[in-house]
Amino acid sequence: MNQTVMDTRRGRSHPAVSLPRLLFWVGFVLTIILAAFISSGLGTFKTPYQSIIRLWLAPVFPGLSTGIDDTVQYIVIHVRLARICLAFLVGSALALAGTVYQGVLLNPLADPFTLGISTGAAFGASVAILLGVGSVQFLGVSALPAAAFAGALLALYLVYLLGSADGRIHIVTLVLAGIIVSTFLSAMINLMKSLNEESVSTIVFWIMGSLSGKSWAHVFLVLPYLIVGAAAIFCFTRELDLLSLGDIQAQQLGVNVPRVRFWLLLAASLITASAVAVSGIIGFVGLVIPHLVRLALGPRHTMLIPASLLAGGLLVLVSDSIARSILPGGEEIPVGVVTAIIGGPFFCYLLLRRKQQLRLH
Amino acid sequence: MLPSSAAKTAAPAALSVSALRCGYGEKEVLKGISFSVASGEFVGILGPNGAGKSTLVQALSGIIDASRGSIEIMGGSIEGLSLKERARRLAVIVQDGDIRFPFSCREIVEMGRYPHQRRWQMDSAGDLEAVEKALALTDTASLGERPISAVSGGERQRVFMAKSLAQETPILLLDEATSAMDIHRKLGIFKVLEQQNREENLTVLAVLHDINLAALFCRRMVFLKDGCIEADGPSDEVLTAEVLERVYENRVIVQEIENLHKKQVIFLP
Repeated sequence: MNQTVMDTRRGRSHPAVSLPRLLFWVGFVLTIILAAFISSGLGTFKTPYQSIIRLWLAPVFPGLSTGIDDTVQYIVIHVRLARICLAFLVGSALALAGTVYQGVLLNPLADPFTLGISTGAAFGASVAILLGVGSVQFLGVSALPAAAFAGALLALYLVYLLGSADGRIHIVTLVLAGIIVSTFLSAMINLMKSLNEESVSTIVFWIMGSLSGKSWAHVFLVLPYLIVGAAAIFCFTRELDLLSLGDIQAQQLGVNVPRVRFWLLLAASLITASAVAVSGIIGFVGLVIPHLVRLALGPRHTMLIPASLLAGGLLVLVSDSIARSILPGGEEIPVGVVTAIIGGPFFCYLLLRRKQQLRLH
Repeated sequence: MLPSSAAKTAAPAALSVSALRCGYGEKEVLKGISFSVASGEFVGILGPNGAGKSTLVQALSGIIDASRGSIEIMGGSIEGLSLKERARRLAVIVQDGDIRFPFSCREIVEMGRYPHQRRWQMDSAGDLEAVEKALALTDTASLGERPISAVSGGERQRVFMAKSLAQETPILLLDEATSAMDIHRKLGIFKVLEQQNREENLTVLAVLHDINLAALFCRRMVFLKDGCIEADGPSDEVLTAEVLERVYENRVIVQEIENLHKKQVIFLP
């Protein structure tokens, strides 16, 4: 894979889509499909891969699924594959949003939660849990993600309101507003926890982030936001490159900086809000995947944005598969722990290797 | 060349500034200045700190708005031009080309093509040609794939200069762009600008601290002081001890370098 990466890097000044680059993307997508396939056979309920293959091919060749036990079908399609898809979408969403936040805020420490969206979502979820409406069902989805999404939007609104006091968005003011709103909402969450001791564990568990028990309904909750948001972000990949020159130089090169910044932040924030609403707070992905991909492919956003999307999805997919299948008793590890355990060492390896290459000290 | 400017006059001004007043918030820095630069001129903008040089650059490049007066670039009012259209007419080379992510030097230069490109458009043959030419002119082709974070300050400024040359604008604005360079690099860059100025009719407007550098290359000088134009004219005429002592409030000697027909200035303690 490294060879492919290097070839792609060398070929990037050529205007046409080069063969190595095409192979790289095809390989990337195939890796993800392979990971999803393997993952759909993992779990405490034993399912032979022979049945899994037949189920995967059934949409193309109808009739292949006949004769497979209904329970197996249900578990593979409605439990595992739904969760696998959701893991991929959430990972994609967080990595994509992280890349945009880092590029727009010009801050390598920015992640999808920098502007307080995670705390907003946690606040919304906590209110729902405290009021006891967290498990009320609506169209196959419980009220919890809806409340979390509303909370995230509330935080986003407050942050923009504070961060654009004079009608323009200033990066430092915006980040500061994110911290203030985040701190305030955290205090409110703690207040709610202390008021109602019974719901503490539910709130803590939600905040920790998990994809356990999620269905296709959750997938279709995230999907529209991810598609629309990603489409908006793809429109601005070149502008994202130019933004790294700083506001003044970008403006001098013809970029409408305030407008581009507004749409990019809005798109990334909505994507994050939808992901956090269904999965809780999964750390590490949004912060580290952009750096990881930048180290491997360079900082150009035309490559960085799609590659982050795929890499983030793959990381959470693999991590969640491990999180739900590694303990023998069927218990789960928090997925955020696994993303950090897998991603961390790989990130260190890339960083050290690139440092040698670039002779940076 | 541009239809809007061709329609206006036979010899349109590249830049036309009239009664320009602007500043930051309540503080007015430029107090009503007017001047016009014809296509193909090589102008130095000089003056002590706080005279309004940088503010003028910001106003000309559309970073800050004028509170009064007007700016026209190639016959088009600066407010009426789209950002990309303005960036196709006027390029700016800034003092500190700071960049966050380790783009390669070549990628930085390629960014100069942005105002010429539409969304989703791949680099065209014209884009690549402009980039190659800019790299060659600034002697930065060898830096090519090296990340901008790993080159020296002077090299970095040459890369940013190449980016602005790749923009292929008829007007180039320099904002102390050569300050971090070695003296021979400085001269090298100005020789390139002079060559572009003579051969391609590039209009150059250079904001400079270094009077002697300006004296070597600028054919016209504009001296700013306290937000007003103190002197404006051909270098032979305005580069005099009398003008300089008025602008800098310091005793100076202006010497003529024989054979070169250039003047150099010595400030006395």
